[in-house]
Amino acid sequence: MRIRPNAVVMTIYLLFLLIPIYWLIGMSLKTNTEITGAFTLWPQDLTFRNYRVILTDPSWYMGYVNSMIYVTMNVVITITVALPAAYAFSRYSFMGDKHLFFWLLTNRMAPPAVFALPFFQLYSAMNLIDTHIAVALAHCLFNVPLAVWILEGFMRGVPKEIDETAYIDGYSFPKFFVKIFMPLIASGIGVAAFFCFMFSWVELLLSRTLTTTDAKPIAAVMTRTVSASGMDWGVLAAAGVLTIVPGALVIYFVRNYIAKGFALGRV
Amino acid sequence: MEKTQNNKAWFLVLPVLVLVAFSAILPLMTVVNYAFNDTFGNNQFFWAGIEWFDDMIHSERLRAALGRQVIFSLIILAIEVPLGIFIALNMPKKGFWASFCLVLMALPLLIPFNVVGTIWQIFGRVDIGLLGHTLAAMGVDYNYTNDPLDAWITVIVMDVWHWTSLVALLAYAGLQSIPQAYYQAARIDQATRWSVFRYIELPKMKGVLLIAVLLRFMDSFMIYTEPFVVTGGGPGNSTTFLSIDLAKMATGQFDLGPAAAFSIMYFLVILLISWVFYTVMTNLDRAESGEENR
Repeated sequence: MRIRPNAVVMTIYLLFLLIPIYWLIGMSLKTNTEITGAFTLWPQDLTFRNYRVILTDPSWYMGYVNSMIYVTMNVVITITVALPAAYAFSRYSFMGDKHLFFWLLTNRMAPPAVFALPFFQLYSAMNLIDTHIAVALAHCLFNVPLAVWILEGFMRGVPKEIDETAYIDGYSFPKFFVKIFMPLIASGIGVAAFFCFMFSWVELLLSRTLTTTDAKPIAAVMTRTVSASGMDWGVLAAAGVLTIVPGALVIYFVRNYIAKGFALGRV
Repeated sequence: MEKTQNNKAWFLVLPVLVLVAFSAILPLMTVVNYAFNDTFGNNQFFWAGIEWFDDMIHSERLRAALGRQVIFSLIILAIEVPLGIFIALNMPKKGFWASFCLVLMALPLLIPFNVVGTIWQIFGRVDIGLLGHTLAAMGVDYNYTNDPLDAWITVIVMDVWHWTSLVALLAYAGLQSIPQAYYQAARIDQATRWSVFRYIELPKMKGVLLIAVLLRFMDSFMIYTEPFVVTGGGPGNSTTFLSIDLAKMATGQFDLGPAAAFSIMYFLVILLISWVFYTVMTNLDRAESGEENR
């Protein structure tokens, strides 16, 4: 059998991507004595203690719950407000539309570090600190422009005749939008939701700034493993592995749409 | 597509407007407020004019951070863009292996930033990490917590690991949109692999590549979490990039005035870049649709 150079390149690249992840998974299954004591390529003394620590301690697993709650809230809010706006941008020209669109995009490019402090003060003044909704709203800063951008691209691909036919058939705008239009751009909504999920899930700076205990995301909880008795590497690794799981699941479900979403070049 | 002139469309945009105004304009106003005032707490403000801006422009620390930031972003682009294109060219075109590669390649993109940092922090450690340990075993003196060069290499390799897939996926999507007929014509002309790439694939990928370059530039320009977790900006200040410096100033030392002035300048730089991005892209869109109409 001839070995194709393509396959070699891809294998090397995928190994490069996966080995650090493998190392994390391997470490999460080792005991701390093994991690710091002996250098082993795979767990000699397989243990699930690290996962047990996380799954039985509310201060750990609530981190995942909190992250899930605000990410879900963010995706729902973002898609809800972005849908009509994207429709407006794709179908109508109106006063200031181009400037508005550009202004929205600049928010996608705003460094979160710039916003961390003012967000903290704004939400403190409104008594929203340490609530899920605060983080969800803060993440709208970069997710709403992104969602509008992606959805607009998908909506532009739907012929305008469909709208017109529906109106002639006596559909009202809301009914047309929900019953006819949304099913047509379902994959677009999926892609937009995927990217909103992704950026909200991975963001840490804002979510850490805006929460203290009750809504603390898992990514921030992870910093706890540094304690007086030294680093609890095993638990840290297990927590890391568990943060990869939701992302991996989401990718798996949208795998057929990813390429299409990227094809629009609107990430 | 021909668009209808309709100012009532503003009503559809209104929810987005309100939401983004709440999460962007209000906080920005606070920043502006701090940038021009001096405060000693208790909500008492004293007009400081452009004093903070003056301070920041002449600050050695800021200049150093900016220099490091620019170098970092350029290195990132120089590695990730060619590598991403190369990977995209080698990806399977369809079938099981194509989705297999897509899913695995998208994986690093979905890992929270600080976990990416943690992975590399662990991976690079000489005592417990595979990379650090292997290098040490090969006799390479590698220690990213002490040696600035090693810290830089670690941060760069980490970013390549994290984001090359994004460039590759974008380029891959661009390649997918090239009709087979182009390749057949090239084969008849007996074009070399290089000229196929140079005259067919590269021009067709221009749009997505531009987006990839600008996304990578902007995102690397505001990188914060990953180097913060791995090196904490050290050793010394050697990996303190703009966002890390800013966060130190604002939430660590509570130097609100300078931090706000810094923020505004930082934001203006980004704004300028995104304006260029937007202009180039809309021009490109127009050029492309012009070609189709012909």
